Amino acid sequence: MAQTYFHSVTLDKDLCMGCINCIKRCPTQAIRVRDGKADIMAERCIDCAECIRICPHHAKKAIYDPLEILDNFKYKIALPPPSLYGQFNNMDETDIVLNGLLKMGFDDVFEVARAAEYVSDATRRILQTESIDRPVISSACPAVAKLIRVRFPQLIDHVLPLNAPIEYAAHMAKDEAVEKTGLKREEIGCIFITPCPAKVTAIHAPIGIEKSEVDAAIAVKDVYPKLISAMKHTETMDYLASAGRIGLGWAESGGEAAGLVSTDNYLAADGIENVIRVLEDLEDEKYGQLDFVELNACSGGCVGGVLQVENPYIAKAKLKRLRRYIPVSKNHLTGSVPAKMLWNKDLTYNPAFELGGTQRERFEKYSQMEKITAELPGLDCGSCGAPTCSALAEDIVRGLAKRGDCTVLMRRRMEGVLKALGKETENDD
Amino acid sequence: MEEIKLHYDVPGDDFTRAGEASADLKSRLKKLGIPSAAVRKVSIALYEGEINLAIHAGGGAIDVVIGGESLTMILSDHGPGIKDISLAMSEGFSTAPDEVRSLGFGAGMGLPNMKKYSDDFDIESQVGVGTNVTMKVYFDA
Repeated sequence: MAQTYFHSVTLDKDLCMGCINCIKRCPTQAIRVRDGKADIMAERCIDCAECIRICPHHAKKAIYDPLEILDNFKYKIALPPPSLYGQFNNMDETDIVLNGLLKMGFDDVFEVARAAEYVSDATRRILQTESIDRPVISSACPAVAKLIRVRFPQLIDHVLPLNAPIEYAAHMAKDEAVEKTGLKREEIGCIFITPCPAKVTAIHAPIGIEKSEVDAAIAVKDVYPKLISAMKHTETMDYLASAGRIGLGWAESGGEAAGLVSTDNYLAADGIENVIRVLEDLEDEKYGQLDFVELNACSGGCVGGVLQVENPYIAKAKLKRLRRYIPVSKNHLTGSVPAKMLWNKDLTYNPAFELGGTQRERFEKYSQMEKITAELPGLDCGSCGAPTCSALAEDIVRGLAKRGDCTVLMRRRMEGVLKALGKETENDD
Repeated sequence: MEEIKLHYDVPGDDFTRAGEASADLKSRLKKLGIPSAAVRKVSIALYEGEINLAIHAGGGAIDVVIGGESLTMILSDHGPGIKDISLAMSEGFSTAPDEVRSLGFGAGMGLPNMKKYSDDFDIESQVGVGTNVTMKVYFDA
């Protein structure tokens, strides 16, 4: 495949012990252990970060920008996601975080929650038309959009062709900053404070558009210590908070769907395994009459991102407190949905799981695969480096592995040889 | 080109396992690179068939033959059989028991959907003997 892939989720070879934790956990069977080290198959990886969560040796990590990236821009705008507000204790208003960001070195802040309210509005309008197949599936979680691309081609026409709130936030932030400062657009840097590697990937290799307006992404966990000390010195505060309940609601699973208000005929699922089950059922048309489906790869939604600091359920409780006494929504579209909010590139199927070749070749490979699977022990032990016996069979057919990689088969063969030599097998277990 | 043959047994005593055959077949067809529109038709038609086998027939067997241009599914059971096939084929007609309806099934769309999502559909049934359904889906249709 000529395509090149950028992924935020990567492997630190020096730390990898070659254990099987990640290969078992990966929802797209994208990881193999080869020559004692994990290897991520770029075309299958959706950057969901499950391997980062499970790796006991911290060999899986997310690539994002260092805090020093701020120095690259004349005018730096922080784009804090609503989930960031749930990371801190004893907070009654989001202004403390927003002012803290200014104190720690940003020239300006633009709340992603504010842009999210426009996206909610745009979604409402799209749902009033029949332009997209029902149920409409949210495209806000990039890991989910990528999962649909590689595994659920039949659902591509259901995906909401709207940019995620961070994209629109960056657009608006730059427009406003150009006006305010008189600087050139390229002198202004929009820096997203990211809860997950999937968003980093979406900035470098966007879905639905050619190039992202977001210039850099720094991790919540990197910002956290500096921000917390900056927040202690916010005696004088500007009124910056510009999002309502709907915008803040986007931080957690169900918030985007609830923000539609116009329909309660929706489903919201979170956690990658649950998301896959819902997509399988949607593909089989098992839910007839739904209008909208919100899916988040992380348990709990964005508060569950792997680069967050706080336990997602505690973060949710804190956000609930912040949502008291604020208006339902502070931002509304006037006129039609702006072109900048819409995708200008179709989501296309990436057949990373097909066996490849002509139909005849695919059928032959499939038959071979079945034959090999029948020979394998069926223990799915992972010792060969593939997550299951059938995955090993597929790798063998694809020319990426060999039968001898199966440790169980090798042991049986060894025992056979020893027996043939007339020796007793040593029984040490 | 060699045909690919698959066989599934649908248990009659565990309703919660209905749907496993269509899910398994779907993942295999995706590996084989069968066009997604055809995969969708096959998995919906077979899912409805599995549910029928589990609800009405006390289980049964599914044989699938995947050829170069089409896929054939043969569902056979030794259940009670269908007295009036044209009535059973009409939308909304259902003999599903209450406990199944409470799970959201029994809307009387099973057989009509099987017919709707297959390109060729054939049903033969004899009361007291059982039912055979043959469904064919063409890959380029």
